[in-house]
Parts: sequence; structure tokens; C-alpha cells
Amino acid sequence: MSKSSKLSLHVPEPLSRPGDKPDFSFIKLSEAGEIRRPAVDSRPQDMHDTAFGLVRVLNDNHEAVGEWAADIKPDILLHGLKAMVKTRILDDRMLTAQRQGKTSFYAQCRGEEAIAVAQRLALRKGDMCFPTYRQQGLLVAQNIPLVDMINQVFSNSGDNLEGHSLPSLYSYKEYDFFTISGNLTTQYIQAVGWAMASAIKGDDKIASAWVGDGSTAESDFHAALVFASVYKPPVVMNVVNNQWAISSFQGFAGGEAANFACRGHGFNIPSLRVDGNDFLAVYETSKWAIERARNNLGPTIIEWVTYRAGAHTTADDPSKYRPIDEYKYWPLGDPIERLKGHLIKLGHWDEAKHDALVEELTVEVKAAVKEAESFGTLNKGPMPGADEMFDHVFKEMPEHLRKQRQEMGM
Amino acid sequence: MSEQTTSRKNMIEAIRDALDIKMTEDDNVVVFGEDVGYFGGVFRATDGLQKKFGKSRVFDTPISELGIIGAAVGMGVYGLRPVPEIQFADYILPAYDQIASEVARLRYRSSGQFTAPLTIRTPCGGGIYGGQTHSQSPEAIFTHVCGLKTVMPSNPYDAKGMLISAIEDDDPVIFLEPKRLYNGPFDGHHDQPVKPWSSHELSEVPDGHYKVPLGKAAIRRPGEDVTILTYGTMVFVAEAAVKESDIDAEIIDLRSLLPLDEEAIIKSVKKTGRCIVVHEATKTCGFGAELISIVQEHCLHHLEAPVIRITGWDTPYPHAQEWDYFPGPARVIRALEQVMEQ
Repeated sequence: MSKSSKLSLHVPEPLSRPGDKPDFSFIKLSEAGEIRRPAVDSRPQDMHDTAFGLVRVLNDNHEAVGEWAADIKPDILLHGLKAMVKTRILDDRMLTAQRQGKTSFYAQCRGEEAIAVAQRLALRKGDMCFPTYRQQGLLVAQNIPLVDMINQVFSNSGDNLEGHSLPSLYSYKEYDFFTISGNLTTQYIQAVGWAMASAIKGDDKIASAWVGDGSTAESDFHAALVFASVYKPPVVMNVVNNQWAISSFQGFAGGEAANFACRGHGFNIPSLRVDGNDFLAVYETSKWAIERARNNLGPTIIEWVTYRAGAHTTADDPSKYRPIDEYKYWPLGDPIERLKGHLIKLGHWDEAKHDALVEELTVEVKAAVKEAESFGTLNKGPMPGADEMFDHVFKEMPEHLRKQRQEMGM
Repeated sequence: MSEQTTSRKNMIEAIRDALDIKMTEDDNVVVFGEDVGYFGGVFRATDGLQKKFGKSRVFDTPISELGIIGAAVGMGVYGLRPVPEIQFADYILPAYDQIASEVARLRYRSSGQFTAPLTIRTPCGGGIYGGQTHSQSPEAIFTHVCGLKTVMPSNPYDAKGMLISAIEDDDPVIFLEPKRLYNGPFDGHHDQPVKPWSSHELSEVPDGHYKVPLGKAAIRRPGEDVTILTYGTMVFVAEAAVKESDIDAEIIDLRSLLPLDEEAIIKSVKKTGRCIVVHEATKTCGFGAELISIVQEHCLHHLEAPVIRITGWDTPYPHAQEWDYFPGPARVIRALEQVMEQ
């Protein structure tokens, strides 16, 4: 050990910046089929290895291999493919709408579609999701009418949230989709609390908690792990590691030092690290964690390794902090292309059908946008009434708010 | 109305009684917090409840106020009526984001789809040699948040009736308990023997279910010359000051800060033409500023003198200097004399 008289601070730095050749050498890939599938009732301390590899099912030949490969019904795979494609088309149209001034803000999930879509298909009706703003796939997977979502994005007269919330911070109780906060990670401990309540009442429903790599740094994440460890409630604790939190790479959440899955180990929570761009891997590992939860075996933490292929939101320009073509070098590919390849390999799909699907969904999304426009847009109105600003602060409007609404002229 | 039996209770017993009644009536009421379960709470408010209702409805938690409130929000969203305890109001700040940004706004940001009817119980105020971290009165950081109700009862009767109201309320309630009042109506004379609740009429508590509405002030002493707007421990400090000063003051115990009984305030100040505001919390941007603003807005032409605030000084709550800090009867008397001079 060399002697040094001066201390120095370690400030993490990603391997590549704008102008550099993208470098993902830090991602250690496991082979498809390499990681074992522990029995669902395994003790957490007997499965530490699953936090360090990368569960992958689809190999480069589009085949499902290994212990995590299961006989998933083709209609589930096709449903998943359709939902992912629809989500991407919706995202693209909403980005365009933002540039046209029809909304102020939008958060897309390009490249991460498989995670939300596959997990939702593995859950049951009544299982509650506590999402971030990049899990719109949870809604699309349930065939929600797109016009409902777009009305919210446009903050128009049909917005189910009366214009109260930032565009794309949806809330749909009927789709088991908890209101998105915008303050990061607050929903993670809430999901644990919801799952505790389900256990207190002897229910059979489970919760699904969502957070990104960057916001695991919030103390809510730690609190959630502590409570999950202590009370062992039925909750799937998802960490979507898409490598970037606006301009900060995952090293600023401690990802250089240790991956996110293994954070479960200190709490004796079983931990999986999974290829988030592999629909089959997401579906099967989700089912495994859901089965554990449903059988009173407690929480599971899953790190989904993926890549945020688009900008953080419409207010972000990633070319300022990462190579503009970085997404092309992402070693886990594109989730839609990979599932499509698998379905073709199985003989359930072909290029012509895929083109027809894209065409059909493009028409569907366009029609939904048009319908939503009939309810108004942010730049042209009609918007929710000014008086609706005062609704739902309390169950019953207190006197001081009534007076303020009057003062405004309502 | 059928006749209701009553019992003498101190404030802790009244609070425990309210929890017991609501837990008996409603399976969805759950109680938890640090040391709350087996032990029954550091102030004994939950003593015996775990034994009676079981460990899944009354339980201890990790030392994580953020976790306690965050989990309570999730439970509320599920459909429970959680009554979490934060051991001292001084410890509530780690949970502030979950309170101010989350539970207060769930209804708003989801347009009524999701709500969490929490009642967050927490002991506040000083007078127990608790120093900076066991003495504060943080009510103003909650009254400033839209979507919260913030209340502070001053006696066993109100504590029970208001806690039942809070638990039944569908909006989140911050339920502040002045801990110096737990065992008696402390009037600020710290050098005199402690008076127990048993000698005070407000310790006569009905045995069953009753409610004291949130948003209604109580006139503790009617008077003609000056209005004292106060709440919590300072209600009894004000009573002592009035008794010792021979000034015919009207003492209003606000009980609920949000919603606030503006009508009671305005009516009284218009009648007396003078007003002082007394609270234990620090002065600058304290709740007294809001009260005075309301008074000047509605009663300016009735006022004979400027409104005076008697509060804790704008310092952290000190330990050794506790009784120099605590706004006791002597300061209130001086303020009463000052407003009466004009």
C-alpha cells in the first residue's frame, strides 16, 4: 500500500461521455439459461447467487432456454408484444404532441416496455401496483382505453384528474394503478404498507412496488427494505436499473460499488437480477416472486437491468451527457425485437403480421389522439374548470377554501 | 338522549379509551409506532391494547418515522384506518415528505380515487425538561400544508372526543398531544405542586362513544375586556394569568387549528375589542401570525389596541433555561396589562 499524505474524494464517472465510443464493459452478461431457478420456498440465505448473475431466458437464436424457461401460452406472449408496441407508439405520439404544444411534459419508457408489461400480465386483478412515471406499460397491458390516458396528458376537459397532476403522472384505481407522485420513491414504502394491510386483513392480494436505480438512494428505499424485512408482507420490490437518472449514471446511486439486487441481502430478502429486456425472463421471474408473496413467503427484490433508450422526459437532452448513439451499443438489445424474434421462431408470428400490427396500432393511437383532442389540449383548451382547482383538497370543502373560491369569482 | 355514565380520566387514559373504542367498533383501525405494542408506548397511551386486539392490529415498528408514516399511507390506501404514533413531535421531520407531499395530497392528485385516512398522534410541547428534541410544538409546519387537518386538544374530554372524530375523519389528521398536560392541567407554575386531572371538571369523561367536532373552538372563560386566543398547554397558563390579573378576559381554546373556527375568533374580538395570542411554539411565522392576520382582516375597526403575541422565544427549546423560555403566566399577565393600557 502506497503512502499518501493527502485524501481525495471519489466522484463516480461513467465510462463514456458525448463523443466517446459507448462502453458497456461493466455489464457482465450471463448466458441465457445459465442462472438457476431456486425453489419458490427457498430460504433467502440459500440463494445469494441469484443477485449476481443475470437471469436471461432468450438466447441469440430467439429460443427460450434454461430453468427459467417455461411453457408460456402464446396468447400471453402475443398480448405482451402488442402491449409493448402500443406503448411505444403511444410514447412517440405523445412526444410529438408535446412538441406541438398539446401538453407541457411527457415521460416515455422506450427500451423498458417489457418490464411493466410482463409483470402486469403475471399479476392478478386486485394486486396493486405503486409505479413511477415509466410504467405506463402496466396500464396498456390491461387494454385501458388510450383516450383516457391521453386526456390526462393533455390536461383537457376529459382529464380524470381534473388537471391537478403533471401530464403522464396517471392514477387509475380501477386498473390497480396507484397515483404517481413525482416525488421519488415515496410509493415504495407505501407499497410495503399496502401489502402489510393485505396481510393484516388475511387477504390474498399482493403489492408491486416500483423504483428506478437513481432513486434507490432515497431513504424511503431503505425504510421500505427494513419494513419488508421485519413484517415480511406480500410485495414484489422492483428496481428498474435503466442506467441513468436524468444525467447521473447509476454510479451516483452506489451502482459502481454493488449492484441493486444484492441490497436485499442485508435484509435477508431474496434477490434476483434479471435481463429487463427479455420479456420471458421478466414474466417468469415476476411469477416466481408473485408466487412467493401470495404464499406468505414475503417480499422479493428484483433488479431489472435495462437501458433508458430515450430522454428522461421531454425536458431533457441526453446528448449533453452521454454518447448520442449509446443505445445502439446496449448489450441487451430491444425488448420488442427480442420477443418478436422469439414468436417468429415459435411459428406464431412473422414480419408481415408484425407490420400489420404496427399499422393497426398506429391507426388506433392516432384515433385515440384525435378523440382526446375533441376534449381539448393544453394549448387550445377546453381545460378543466378553474373551480376544479379547489376540488378534492379535502373530502368536504372547508369554509376557508369555499371563501377563496368565491374570491376567485366562482 | 340516553344517560351516559362518566369516569375520571387523565389525558392519557382518555386517549387510550378513544383508541380502545374505535378498535372495538372498527376492525380497520390499526395502531403502531415505536414502543407502542408490547410495552404500550413511552407515555403509556397504548398500554394493554396489544393484549386486547392482537399483534397484527397493535404493533411495534422499526425506528423509522418515514417508514411508519409511509407504511401507514399504504395501509390507508388499502382501506385501513391507521393511527400511527410518532413518539415525540420533534421526531416527525423524517416523515415530513410522506405527510406534506403524500398523504396530504393523495386525494387531490388522484381526484378522490386514493385517500389515506390517517390519524397521526404525537406528543408535543415542553415543560418536562426535554431539551431541544423532546419539547417542540411544530403545528405551524402542518397548518401550512394543504390537505391536512391539524388539531391540539387541551384536556381529557376533548382528547377523547376529538381523537374519535379524527379516526372517523376521511382526511388525514395531525393529532398533537401537549405532553405536559397528560397528567394534569399544568398552568405554567412549575415551582408549585402538580395538580392532577382528577380535580378538574374536564376530566369527567363519558364512558362510551362521543365526538368533539374538529373545527370548533371552545370558550373556556367568557369575558368582556380582552380575547385570549390560545390552545394546548397555554389554555391553563392563560387561565392562571387571568385569575391572577383581575382582567375580565375571554379565553378561547381553539382546539382545532385547521379547520379553524374563524367565526368564534371574530365574534369574540369584535365583542372585547382587544386580543392577545398565546402559544408555546416559536414566534416568527408561528400560527399566531395567522391568527392575528385573521383578526386584523375582520376586526380592525373594533380593535382598541395592537394585538400582542406571547410565544416561545425564537430559539431552539433550551434545557437549563426551560422556564425562561416557556411562556408562563407572568408574561401573559404583562401582555394583558399592556393591551388594557390602550
